[in-house]
Amino acid sequence: MKFRTRAIHVGNARDAQSGAVVPPIHVASTFVQPAAGQWGQFDYSRSGNPTRANLEQTLASLEGGTRALAFASGMAATHCATMLLEAGQHIVAGTDIYGGTYRLLHKIVNRAGIRVTLANSQDLAALEAAITPETRLLWIESPGNPLMSITDIAACAELARRRRILLAVDNTFASPVLTRPLELGAQIVMHSATKYLGGHSDVLGGALVVADQELYDRLYFIQNATGGVLGPFDSFLVSRGLKTLELRVVEQCRTAQRLAEFLQTDARVRRVLYPGLPAHPGHEIAARQMHGGFGAMLSFELEGDFEKTRRVVGATRLFQLAVSLGAVESLIEQPAAMSHASYDPAARAAHGISDGLIRLSVGLEDFDDLRDDLHQALDA
Amino acid sequence: MPKPSSLVQGQTRPGFSTLAVHAGESRQKLGDSITDPIICASTYTFESTQAVIDFIEQKLPREEYGRYGNPGERVVERKLAQLEGGEEAILYSSGMAAIVGLLMSKLNAGDEVIFFDECYHRSREFCSKHLSRFGVVTRQVPACDYRAMEAAITPNTRLLVSESPTNPHLSVVDLEQFAAIGKDHEIDTLIDATLATPYNLRPLDFGVDFVLHSATKYLAGHNDLLAGVIIGARDKLEPVRKLRGILGAINSPHNIYLLERGLKTFELRMQRHNENGLRVAQFLESHPRVERVYYPGLASHAYHDVARRTMTGFGGLVTFLVRDADWRQTADVVDAAQVARIAPSLGGAETLIEQPLVMSYYECSPEDRRRFGIPDNMIRLACGLENAEDLIADLRQALDA
Ligand SMILES: Cc1ncc(COP(=O)(O)O)c(C=O)c1O
Ligand SMILES: Cc1ncc(COP(=O)(O)O)c(C=O)c1O
Repeated sequence: MKFRTRAIHVGNARDAQSGAVVPPIHVASTFVQPAAGQWGQFDYSRSGNPTRANLEQTLASLEGGTRALAFASGMAATHCATMLLEAGQHIVAGTDIYGGTYRLLHKIVNRAGIRVTLANSQDLAALEAAITPETRLLWIESPGNPLMSITDIAACAELARRRRILLAVDNTFASPVLTRPLELGAQIVMHSATKYLGGHSDVLGGALVVADQELYDRLYFIQNATGGVLGPFDSFLVSRGLKTLELRVVEQCRTAQRLAEFLQTDARVRRVLYPGLPAHPGHEIAARQMHGGFGAMLSFELEGDFEKTRRVVGATRLFQLAVSLGAVESLIEQPAAMSHASYDPAARAAHGISDGLIRLSVGLEDFDDLRDDLHQALDA
Repeated sequence: MPKPSSLVQGQTRPGFSTLAVHAGESRQKLGDSITDPIICASTYTFESTQAVIDFIEQKLPREEYGRYGNPGERVVERKLAQLEGGEEAILYSSGMAAIVGLLMSKLNAGDEVIFFDECYHRSREFCSKHLSRFGVVTRQVPACDYRAMEAAITPNTRLLVSESPTNPHLSVVDLEQFAAIGKDHEIDTLIDATLATPYNLRPLDFGVDFVLHSATKYLAGHNDLLAGVIIGARDKLEPVRKLRGILGAINSPHNIYLLERGLKTFELRMQRHNENGLRVAQFLESHPRVERVYYPGLASHAYHDVARRTMTGFGGLVTFLVRDADWRQTADVVDAAQVARIAPSLGGAETLIEQPLVMSYYECSPEDRRRFGIPDNMIRLACGLENAEDLIADLRQALDA
């Protein structure tokens, strides 16, 4: 079965008892057991819940894996993956990782005696140089935030295989519609399901997907022991969102590509960062690694200072001023003032996050309406 | 009451998907949320006695009690009205509740209503078995026979009703002619456009007075809620809304939220339903075991020209006859389907298949089924959002089984 058919049917089998086309939402916290010492399929909702299990089955299929775990947020999923490591071991992560992942690695994971080194994941030699005998996990993200940097996942997988470490990919920006890292050799795929998977700005959720049963068992043990599971109502909403995932992502990519091309020709814009533009440094790899579009996130830099940029992001009538991404509503933000405000100016400069940078999350609105909105806002 | 987003009120009409995402919503929402909150209140509080008196005397636009309206419901009503190009929309707990709500409001004892005879069997049943108990006379004329409809009009006729496209034959009404009959005789017209949706057809643009949808179907789109809606001019709908407040067939805030969420992807979903419907219809037409396909997008369809003139696309519903098959052999095709699931309804992400003889007309006499045009070898397929290749492969194996 093809992707969309699986998104609709895998994990959504007809309910045997009622015949319901859409599986019921199981809100139960506990399940009645056949006899003392004898366990049914589900016992306690932290350990497993039918509604969450349905979602996990769909996610595993869409990512080309075999098992998935759904979490209360993307951060809960990432945290679970890092807990595979023990004191004395080491993580290498890309420099363009999500800010919350940076915070987790440097302020929480390090407390357990796990060391972290960041390296530019577009530069394989730099990544390899950061690997030590203690390294167990390589963590990358593509496209990266907010410059839409592209990391070659297959090349990283080859490196990880050679150095016998796990490769985990935060696939939030690309979604399994465009990129399936497990098929490229990664061992773990992580998602903030808050974004494209849920797709409607109304759920916080996260996921880990793997192909290897033994790795799944270890992650499952950690999830069950630490408890950051996704609730049944939110599991239902993410499952519902997955049914239109491909339609949404493909359409959003198409609009993002057209907006990038439009912005590129506007004199008020200094440069546009979108992997779908041939001038983007990651374009070639993206063309190989992303299928059906180059993502629906794009950034651009204004010919203007911090204040001018602040005015522009406040002047849109359709784009809404908010962090987060991946949903049906288009969002706009100024990384220097919002998503990356916690970086000090020197760190921002080092990451190429200028005061004039604007990040867009392109939603489902009509291209013409979004273009007109940006066109008028750029004059603010 | 929140103001609708300024963009959507602006001069130029925004694109359809922009409307689907934003229309009817206020840009800045309660709690600064990006999405509308689900307000479960059964009742709404007043600050003081004076506030109650002001509300009653000045007819202030605010909520009072759950049966009369809910803030989330008003958002979706505004969204649906804008998508349909109408002034006002009223939501109901189901499509049938919407039909009943309108008919009960518009018809009195002694009044007459004229139907085109191809229609959802429960609408027919409500008129013939229940409205008749209140002294309302229902006349049925053959679908798309405008002369017969005009001839059936009497001084007591109050409403002309049709579906378009009709279920399950997918006949397409020429809305110009239909609306003109109503205008000429000063009789209100109602189109149940459930199978078309405002993406494919906008009956109000043709001068029809009321549009009705089972929002259970494409509007909600995920086979996970029931809802109905009537759209039309505000003054004509005012008594309908008042009656809803008395009869109480309102929807729930949770359902309404899911409906709103479903509408966000409305354009994308309809494009896919249209594509899947057409490709499946073309496949079926070319299959030796298929005797006939009913799909307005096929040149062979009796109403193809009207459909092409008035509709953007033709939807996901495809009806076909299995060649030389009795009811059991037809049922075997239905039972052999693996992607499509056996169920009534349509318009959701999951493809559904059914044999009208069994699903909706099992208890009808063979004469009645002949009269309604439901042969034993008829199958109705409601294409969902799956990949067309998978649907076609599924049908091929089911027909070849
Ligand atoms: C790329 C990426 N990874 C991880 C996260 C964290 O996910 P969550 O907010 O669901 O915890 C985000 C969220 O903003 C993100 O954009
Ligand atoms: C054309 C049409 N009108 C009305 C209805 C009734 O709607 P509901 O099932 O939402 O009450 C249906 C569906 O059953 C239908 O197909």
